[in-house]
Amino acid sequence: MSRGQTPSQTIGPFFAYGLTPEQYGYPLRSIAGADLRDPATEGAEITITGRVFDGEGAAVPDAMIEIWQADPQGRYRLPGSQGNRGFSGFGRCGTGSGPESGFRFTTYKPGRVDDQQAPHISVIVFMRGLLNHLYTRLYFADETEANLRDPLLSSLDPGRRATLIAELSAPGEYRFDIHMQGDRETVFFDV
Amino acid sequence: MSFRQRDWASHPPLIHPDYKSTVLRGPTKPLVPLPQSLSEVTGPVYGAESLGPDDADLTRNGRQGGASPGEPLGERIIVTGRVLDEDEKPQANMLVEVWQANAAGRYVHKADQHEAPLDPNFFGGGRCVTDGEGRYRFITIMPGAYPWGNHDNAWRPAHIHFSLFGPGLATRLITQMYFPGDPLLDLDPIFNATPLSARNRLVAGFDITTTEAGFALGYQFDIVLRGRCETPREGAS
Ligand SMILES: [Fe+2]
Repeated sequence: MSRGQTPSQTIGPFFAYGLTPEQYGYPLRSIAGADLRDPATEGAEITITGRVFDGEGAAVPDAMIEIWQADPQGRYRLPGSQGNRGFSGFGRCGTGSGPESGFRFTTYKPGRVDDQQAPHISVIVFMRGLLNHLYTRLYFADETEANLRDPLLSSLDPGRRATLIAELSAPGEYRFDIHMQGDRETVFFDV
Repeated sequence: MSFRQRDWASHPPLIHPDYKSTVLRGPTKPLVPLPQSLSEVTGPVYGAESLGPDDADLTRNGRQGGASPGEPLGERIIVTGRVLDEDEKPQANMLVEVWQANAAGRYVHKADQHEAPLDPNFFGGGRCVTDGEGRYRFITIMPGAYPWGNHDNAWRPAHIHFSLFGPGLATRLITQMYFPGDPLLDLDPIFNATPLSARNRLVAGFDITTTEAGFALGYQFDIVLRGRCETPREGAS
């Protein structure tokens, strides 16, 4: 009647040619990349740039970040919707294709998905040395009012809440660093 | 609707000192429970339309034209199984992505420094989508074991990396499939980070009925994703 969950294992150091091939210049089409823009979608374009830091403050060059978000109207892509055309809501970026060991997504600012939660993007972190993927969330620094009323943000220790808020570094450009350990350890969720 | 929790008795811990790179990369603070909302029960949607014609046949999708066309070297194998949830419900139309080393234990990844030959006809990446019974099927080459720097004379057992989304963000899974009887399993800190009672779920079974006469040995590997909750969790919206 019931079967146990298949255990997670690390993504390892060599995922790039399989999961993010185009970004790293391998000859395989990527199912998803770091640019989520879609010609038929209108909304505020944003970039999200960041790095992943280990417990010694070194930038991790072999992490993969995935994001999942609603469209500018707050709608998630659902199976079968629009014949799978339009805004996918999903992006992937490895941290090993540039000199900065960072990730950079180009997407739209998501709308609100319900009347309680502030606009947010779900973020999944994978890397060599991480035996289970980790879930976190990105909120936007310029959504002060909505963030104050967000039930999840409000439930967090105020000292750690800031780890989920992407800073606005220029109009439309957000900075979101992920700290695996230490004083600024990012809040990771048991989803 | 929501998904059952990750069963931490089935998954490895986040810090497992025998696997050295977990020590600085695994978080040290407890995970914060997150009541599932629409953001966690929805998830990436990739079906058959996202596949190329040879994506599930790794013995073909890396073949070179030009000077040295041909088949990859190594032992051809068929790897198949079902994607199920904890209630054994088949998960149809689900994307399964795989990547692996070649027969010599070498990845095409530019950062792989192992002094073993690349195979000009083998790439090592593939994907497919499960059918109505939740079944996936790959044709590939038996991957070789390879050395790594975790400890003196460390070797990874032969394995294939698997990546699945399942029906929602909460069901995301990346894992590794191992082969039965591999003597390196007992020595591998990644495999052995997994709780003992769940470890055998990572090992494929040799299957003579999957094996194709005169062509390739067959292995069965089922993947079980988190099931659905019958009753909403407290606090779930
Ligand atoms: Fe590997």
